[in-house]
Amino acid sequence: MSEWETVIGLEVHVELSTATKLFSGSPNHFGGEPNTNIDPVTLGLPGALPVLNRSAVELAIRAGLALGCTVQPSVFARKNYFYPDMPKGFQISQYDRPINVDGSIELPGGTVIGIERAHLEEDTGKSTHVGSGGTRIHDADYSLVDFNRAGVPLLEIVSRPDLRSAEDAKAYVSELRAVLVTVGASDGKMEEGSLRVDCNVSVRRPGAPLGTRCEVKNVNSLRSLGRAIDYEARRQIDLIESGEAVSQETRHWNDDTGRTQTLRSKEEATDYRYFPEPDLVEVDPDPAWIEEIRSSLPSLPRERRHRLVDELGADPLSAAIVVERGLDRLVFDAVAAGGDAARALNHARNNVADGEADRLDAAGFASLTTMEADGALTATQAKTVLAELIAEGGDPAEIAARHGFQAMDTSELDALLDSLIEAHPDDWAKFCAGEQKVMGFFVGQVMKATRGQADGKVVTALLMGRRP
Amino acid sequence: MSALDTAAQVRAGQRCALDVVEESLAAIESRNADLNAVLLVTADAARAAAASIDRRVAAGEPVGPLAGVPLVVKDNTCTRGLPTTCGSRILNGWRPPYDATVVRRLADAGAVIVGKANMDEFAMGSSTENSAFGPTRHPIDPDRVPGGSSGGSAVAVATGMVPVALGSDTGGSIRQPASFCGVVGVKPTYGRVSRLGLVAYASSLDQIGPMATNVADAAAVLEAIAGHDPGDSTSIPEPCPPIGAHLGDGVDGVRVGVVAELMGDGIDPAVAARVLAAAEVLAAAGADVVEVAIPALRSALSAYYIIAPAEASSNLSRFDGVRFGLRVPASTTPEMYERTRSEGFGAEVKRRIMLGTYALSAGYYDAYYATAQKVRTLVLDGFAAAYRDAHVLLSPVAPTTAFRLGENTEDPLTMYLNDVCTIPTNLAGHPAMSVPFGHAEGLPVGVQVLAPALAEIDMFRTAAVLEAGGAE
Repeated sequence: MSEWETVIGLEVHVELSTATKLFSGSPNHFGGEPNTNIDPVTLGLPGALPVLNRSAVELAIRAGLALGCTVQPSVFARKNYFYPDMPKGFQISQYDRPINVDGSIELPGGTVIGIERAHLEEDTGKSTHVGSGGTRIHDADYSLVDFNRAGVPLLEIVSRPDLRSAEDAKAYVSELRAVLVTVGASDGKMEEGSLRVDCNVSVRRPGAPLGTRCEVKNVNSLRSLGRAIDYEARRQIDLIESGEAVSQETRHWNDDTGRTQTLRSKEEATDYRYFPEPDLVEVDPDPAWIEEIRSSLPSLPRERRHRLVDELGADPLSAAIVVERGLDRLVFDAVAAGGDAARALNHARNNVADGEADRLDAAGFASLTTMEADGALTATQAKTVLAELIAEGGDPAEIAARHGFQAMDTSELDALLDSLIEAHPDDWAKFCAGEQKVMGFFVGQVMKATRGQADGKVVTALLMGRRP
Repeated sequence: MSALDTAAQVRAGQRCALDVVEESLAAIESRNADLNAVLLVTADAARAAAASIDRRVAAGEPVGPLAGVPLVVKDNTCTRGLPTTCGSRILNGWRPPYDATVVRRLADAGAVIVGKANMDEFAMGSSTENSAFGPTRHPIDPDRVPGGSSGGSAVAVATGMVPVALGSDTGGSIRQPASFCGVVGVKPTYGRVSRLGLVAYASSLDQIGPMATNVADAAAVLEAIAGHDPGDSTSIPEPCPPIGAHLGDGVDGVRVGVVAELMGDGIDPAVAARVLAAAEVLAAAGADVVEVAIPALRSALSAYYIIAPAEASSNLSRFDGVRFGLRVPASTTPEMYERTRSEGFGAEVKRRIMLGTYALSAGYYDAYYATAQKVRTLVLDGFAAAYRDAHVLLSPVAPTTAFRLGENTEDPLTMYLNDVCTIPTNLAGHPAMSVPFGHAEGLPVGVQVLAPALAEIDMFRTAAVLEAGGAE
C-alpha cells in the first residue's frame, strides 16, 4: 500500500457526564429499565419546551478548552428527520455556530491532529428491531424504542482529515478519550456507548488532492476502528486500481464479517433542513466564566507526558504508557522521595497493573528503586519485591531480606565464571571466536548456579570484558 | 358584568363562585350548539374549583384577583388530564400530563376554566373554519366566520358564555377574531407570557394573550398570566408591570402614528374610516396624531408565510403516531407515518407543512427562509424608526369585517391577506391589541393599537381612551 495514502477524519460522539439531560431534568445515566428516565421534553410531547442544562455547557467548554479550541457564542439548530427513536422529528444540535472551534490534539508520538469543531447536541433514543429477518429496521417484525438515552448531552468532536493510518486513528481516539476523562467531561466508556466513532476514509496518491470519501458507521471499539479503516482503505484502493471510482456514501461496518457495506448513497442522503432552534436563545458564555473553567482544568495527558520526558528523561513511549495508565503521579512522588527515576519509570511501565498505584506508597516504591540502582537487588528480585509490596505493603528491605535476596558481589561472580570456563572450554572458545549466542549459555549457567540471584546485566558485562 | 367586578363580589362574599360558574355553564349550554365555540366543557372540574374558592372565601383565606371568574382557554393550551386537541384529529385521545404555565397562573389567580375553545387546526387559519370539529359561527350572523384562529375564544366572550378567554396569536389569531366579534384581544410582547404548555405553531411568533369584553379585564388577565417562566427559554426575565393601574392615565401628550401602509389598498374604506375616527378620539383626548410610513411592512406578509410554515413544518414533525395521539397502522414505519399524518392533518396544515418544508430545503433555504429573516430584520428596523416619531401606532386589525363562511376557503392567498395588518407585530415581537370601535354595515370593527416591545402600559392606556370614546 506504499503508493497509496489513506486519509482519515473522525467524528467522535461523547456523552457528557452531567447529572441530568441536555434540555430537561431527567437523569442522565446508563442502563435502567427502559423508558424510566423520561419526561415531557424527552418524549417531545406537545407544549413541552427545552431548557438548556448549564452544566452540559460547562463540560462542553471544559472539553473544548482542553482540546485547545476557541470557545465562541453558539446557536442551537434543528436537524429535521423522521425516525421512531427521534421523539420530536428533529434533533437539537449545533450547526453553523458551534460552541468550540479550531482546536488540536497531540498524539503520544508527537503528531498533531487538527480539531475542526466540538459541538453540543442531544442524543436520540435507542431502537431495538425484533424479528426473524435480523436486527435492522427493514428486516424487523416490530421495533421497540427506549427513550432513556434521548436527550442525553453529547459533544460531537470533528477532527480535520489529518490522520493517515488506522494506528493513528486508534491513537487519536485513545488520546481524545484520555483528555475527556481527565477533565471530567465524560466517563469515555466505549463499551457503554459513552464514546462512539464514525470515520471518514478516503485514499489518494501522496500529494494528490483528497479522494472521494466514505463515512463508516457502527464502529464500536478501537479494534473495530482499526479493522474498519484498513478494510475500507483496501476496498477503495482495489476499486481504483481496477479502474472503478469510489462513490461517496455512508457505509456500515459489520464486525462479524469484517466488511463495510453500503448504508445509503449520497443521493439518498437526508436533507436535514437545519434552521435555528426558535425555542432556545443564543449561548453566549461570560468570558470570566470561560477563564474560570480554564483555570480549573487539571494537567492534561500531553503536558504530563512532556513533564516525564523533560524532567525525568523518560523515552516518549514509556511516558505515553505511564500517563495513559495514570502512574505518572506515583513516579514523580517516588523521585521526590529520593527514588531512581529510570527504574521507577520502568516498573511503572511494566510491573504495576492498572489500579495498583493506589496500593503503593511512594516512599516504599522509592526505596525499592534505590536498592535496585545501588545493586542491592537485581531487576528480577526487584520485580518480586515490588509485587509483594503491592500485595501486602511493608518495607522493601525487609521483604528482600525475607526472600534471602542479596546482590552477588562481582568477585563471587568472577570466581563462578572461572570455574564455568574451565568446565566448558569448547563453548568458551566459540564465544571468544564471536559466536554471540553462546553468551546465553554462560549467563544461563550463572543464573542456575546462583538460583537467579545474579544480575544478568552484570554477568553479561563480565563476560564481554573477558572476551579477548 | 365585568370579570373584575365579579371577582370583587366573590372576594367580598357577595356572590358565590359556584353560582358564577353555573351561569357560565348554562350560557354555554344554551348557545354552544349553534355556535360551536367550545369543544370541551369541563363542568365537573370547574364546579370543584369554584366550590374550593367559595370555601376559602368563607374561611377568610386569600383568593386571587380573578377569584371565581369563569373562562375558556384555546384548545392548543395544555390542560392536565383533559383532552387538548388543537382542533385536529391527529391529537385524538391525547391528554397532556401537565398544565400550561398560563393555566397554572390562572388557577393561582382564582380563575376557573370552564372549557376549551374551538380553533383553526394548530392555529393555522383566519376563520376557525379549519377546525377538525367544525367551524365556529359568528355571534351576530351565523353565516359568517368569527375570524381565527382563536374564533372559539372570541365567540365565547362575545356571547357572554364567559367574560374572558385566552387565545394565541402567531400572525393575528387573537386580534382578528376580536375585531370580527367586537371584543378586546391582546397579543403581548413576545416573551411576556410563557409558551410552556402551548402547542407550538411557529415558536418564534406564538404568544398567548387575553380576550375580554373590556380593556380592564384584558389587563387583569394579562397581569395574571404574564411574567418570567424559567421553563420557557424565550421568556422575558422580568416581571409584568402593573398595567391595570395605568388605564386611567389618558393620552395627553402621547404621539400616535397612523400607519400609512395599512390604510390604503386592500383595506375596506369603512374599516379605514373607523381607524381615522379612532385617531380623532385620541386627538380630542390630547394625543398628537401623526402619519408614519413603514415601507418594510409591504413585505411582511410574504416573510411571515415563509417563517411561520418553516417553523411549523418542524414543530409538527412530532405528530408521527409513535408516542401519542392518532396512529393509523401500516406494515412499515414510513407508511405508518404517512397514513397517520395524511389522515390526521387537515388541508391547511398540510399546505403549510409543505410550504415550510420546501422553504427550508437545500438549495431553497437562502432564497426563502434566509431572505424572510432579512425581511424580518427590516420590519424591526422599520418599526424602530416609526417609534422614534410616535409612542404608539394605530391601524386596522383586519382589512374587512367578518366575511362569510366559505368565502375565502377556496383561495388561500385571499385568506392569508386577512393577516396583513397583524403579522408585522408578530415578526417584530411587539405587543398589539384590538379594541372594539363601532361597526361597519352592522358588523363589529376593531382598531389596532401597536406599541414597542414591553410598552404594554402605553398600549393599554391608549386602548382605554378608545374604549371610552368608541360609541358611534
